[in-house]
Amino acid sequence: MNDFLETTVAVDHSRSRACGVLLQTGADCYHPDMVNPASAPIVTTVGVRHSLLVRVTHWLTALCFLALLVSGFELVISHPRFYWGEDGNSLTPSLFSIPIPASRSYVKTGYNFVLPDQNGWSRSLHFQTAWIAIFTGLLYAAFSLRSGHLRKDLLPAAADLSGVRLSAAIANHLRFKRPVEKEAWSYNVLQRLAYLSVIFGLFPLMIWTGLAMSPSITAAFPFLVDGAGGQQSARTIHFVVSLSLVLFVFIHVLMVFLAGFGSRVRTMITGRADAQKEQQ
Amino acid sequence: MSSISRRKLITAGVASAAGLSGIALAGRAASRHGLIPPDSGGFYGCGHTLTYAAQRLLIGNSNAREFTQGQISKTPHPKGKPPKGDEFPRLQAGGFKDWRLTVDGMVNRPGSFSISELKGYPSGSQITQLICEEGWSYIAEWTGVPLSHILELTGVMPQAKYAVYYSMDGAADAIDMEDARHSQTLVSYGMNGGDVPVGHGGPLRLRVPRQLGYKSLKFLSRVTLTDTLIGVPLDREYSWYAGI
Repeated sequence: MNDFLETTVAVDHSRSRACGVLLQTGADCYHPDMVNPASAPIVTTVGVRHSLLVRVTHWLTALCFLALLVSGFELVISHPRFYWGEDGNSLTPSLFSIPIPASRSYVKTGYNFVLPDQNGWSRSLHFQTAWIAIFTGLLYAAFSLRSGHLRKDLLPAAADLSGVRLSAAIANHLRFKRPVEKEAWSYNVLQRLAYLSVIFGLFPLMIWTGLAMSPSITAAFPFLVDGAGGQQSARTIHFVVSLSLVLFVFIHVLMVFLAGFGSRVRTMITGRADAQKEQQ
Repeated sequence: MSSISRRKLITAGVASAAGLSGIALAGRAASRHGLIPPDSGGFYGCGHTLTYAAQRLLIGNSNAREFTQGQISKTPHPKGKPPKGDEFPRLQAGGFKDWRLTVDGMVNRPGSFSISELKGYPSGSQITQLICEEGWSYIAEWTGVPLSHILELTGVMPQAKYAVYYSMDGAADAIDMEDARHSQTLVSYGMNGGDVPVGHGGPLRLRVPRQLGYKSLKFLSRVTLTDTLIGVPLDREYSWYAGI
């Protein structure tokens, strides 16, 4: 019981901070008329872990990622060869190619069959989804900066970046050690680094290399494609980064499984985490 | 409590009415400024419209990137298959002397041009990239008459909104007047110093280098100026605007 009380108080401090943020954004949280949560430990067993905006943008991004992945794959199979520089086609040597059949008969793949052409709806879906993803990302970025989500939840503490702490965190992950209760309430240092590099590294890289493939956008902003090393280089980077994102999603879902799939997914949907259940 | 919810209700009502009329106004303004593409309806209409409107506002009259002689691809992939039927082989046997480009629709002086007539007009050339929607690309030099010159010769009526263009193989596509009048939009009869090979759409290919390769129609035989695309046999699978 003593242990439990200590935990709730510890949790309470992080809650009261996050709650101030949530009240600003109008997300569901404690009612403002309620007693200050810091002096009311009874409400801390069930608290808001993820704000409404984080939850909505998380699932929108997940849906967008799925649509972009499926449509992107459909587009890639029409020419599963990659090049470096400005130009490249089936008559030039490739940098690398994916060993799959293609949806165009003249691409020599070593397979005797040709996949159906799905590029019409695939490209329309790819670009429509890209727009939704961009708006979602802008909303999330504005919220993260304004509410302190970026500073408090994503930027790692300087102390956590020391070699000893980092290697301990990596070792715990590699041993698939179940996260401690505290981690149900805040991201650990590896999570923070992974999320930061995806949100502010891989996502912008995808947008940039996507734009760098467009003949009209690069007419107005040629530095976009020059900076990427050419139109075909941009396509190759776009593909490699998409693989990195697939790897991230794979590890992300694996970690959710290890931490308790049901409770973590429920938390990301409802926003509420049950501290008592996490302790069991 | 009830007064608060009533106030909330009124606020929400006013806000959503303002939002809806804002969207309606924005839509009307966008339409007036030519920011709505012909495929703005349907499930993907929203994405098509956002892309087209954003690019029309962003790219202006900028030119597609041009390259040096040294950057011209040694192996440009030829994808063109000669149009079916007897006529194309017959014209080919005659060295395409009888090939005509017809210009009609909303023009004051409809006409038709042979390739040697086209070669008599001031020519333009460009070393640009052809980017296929499939992902591959090549750089080539194209020589021909800017479409804008032909439009000046025939006199486009002010109500024309699109230049529809037809291939001898039956395919059709269309561009807006901004792209039709763009200095790089070229009725090309030459490629890399020679005639345009049949594999690249010869004897005549329309080059639209600010859009994907499928807008650069092969075997160009007719250009029609119009204010509507209703009834035009466009490919409805691929998005109409392909600046991407």
